[in-house]
Amino acid sequence: MLRKLFPHPYLTLLLVISWLLLVNEYKLGSLVFALILGIIIPMMTAPYWPDRPILRNPAAIIGYVLIVLYDIVKSNFIVAGIVLFTPNKKLQSTWITVPLELRTPEAITVLAGTITMTPGTVTADMSGDGRALLVHCLHAPDPDSVRDEIKTRYEARLMRIFE
Amino acid sequence: MSLLSEIIVSVLLVAAGVFGLVGSFGLLKLPDTMTRLHAPTKATTLGVGSTLLASMLYFLLFQGRLSWHELMITMFLLLTAPITANFIAKAHLHRFRDQETLPDTGTPDDWATFEDEAKEMEPVMTRDTPRR
Repeated sequence: MLRKLFPHPYLTLLLVISWLLLVNEYKLGSLVFALILGIIIPMMTAPYWPDRPILRNPAAIIGYVLIVLYDIVKSNFIVAGIVLFTPNKKLQSTWITVPLELRTPEAITVLAGTITMTPGTVTADMSGDGRALLVHCLHAPDPDSVRDEIKTRYEARLMRIFE
Repeated sequence: MSLLSEIIVSVLLVAAGVFGLVGSFGLLKLPDTMTRLHAPTKATTLGVGSTLLASMLYFLLFQGRLSWHELMITMFLLLTAPITANFIAKAHLHRFRDQETLPDTGTPDDWATFEDEAKEMEPVMTRDTPRR
């Protein structure tokens, strides 16, 4: 019964929270409406996610989000510093290849987004078989260390969440 | 208390302005498309982020009510910025096709942008059944 009512519990939770944030004040009426949306929308969209990923370790998401938020703030300062104080001639921008151990499409999407939002790197492309990401670095004197940081800092944590 | 909160909100707003300015300056200053892409995806995120934080604090400290809209805006921003950046990067790769300057994929397949048309018609990835 519960399974039938909430086929996708995380989507329900996300919809309820989003609706309450949009309404911008807490009222019982909006909570009820949020729950109605949270039940109807997952049911109606069920055909679109035939095999969604199973989250092995949902609690680890909180840690991951905090690390990424911290890195976004840090990367803003780093990139601002590079823009203001590094002359274009000294800029060592390169392409790097990040081989992927992640296989879940959703996990790779999260990793690609994280790479774009964090220190001086932008995800540009993926290899045809989905086994490697093409990443552009704004200023990387040591490209290998950038790749290793992506793999240890983000990919290892995503492995624990998704696979 | 009031002065302190005014200072906090103003500092956040000024920081937001500075980061927005640096992001736009980066667009002008950096040498090519791919490096220019870094400035607006990064520097401006903190610019908008501080504005939203300032807005939340303002409503909390001066109007005495919590405002949660800003969290939604932050979330949408963090979700959409990487996608826009990826689209621009892909368009750049398609347009200039500077395949030789890119590193090797390390896998049998080429980068998705440069695979031939017939291959692009196949589904790129399906769960649990990699193409090779």
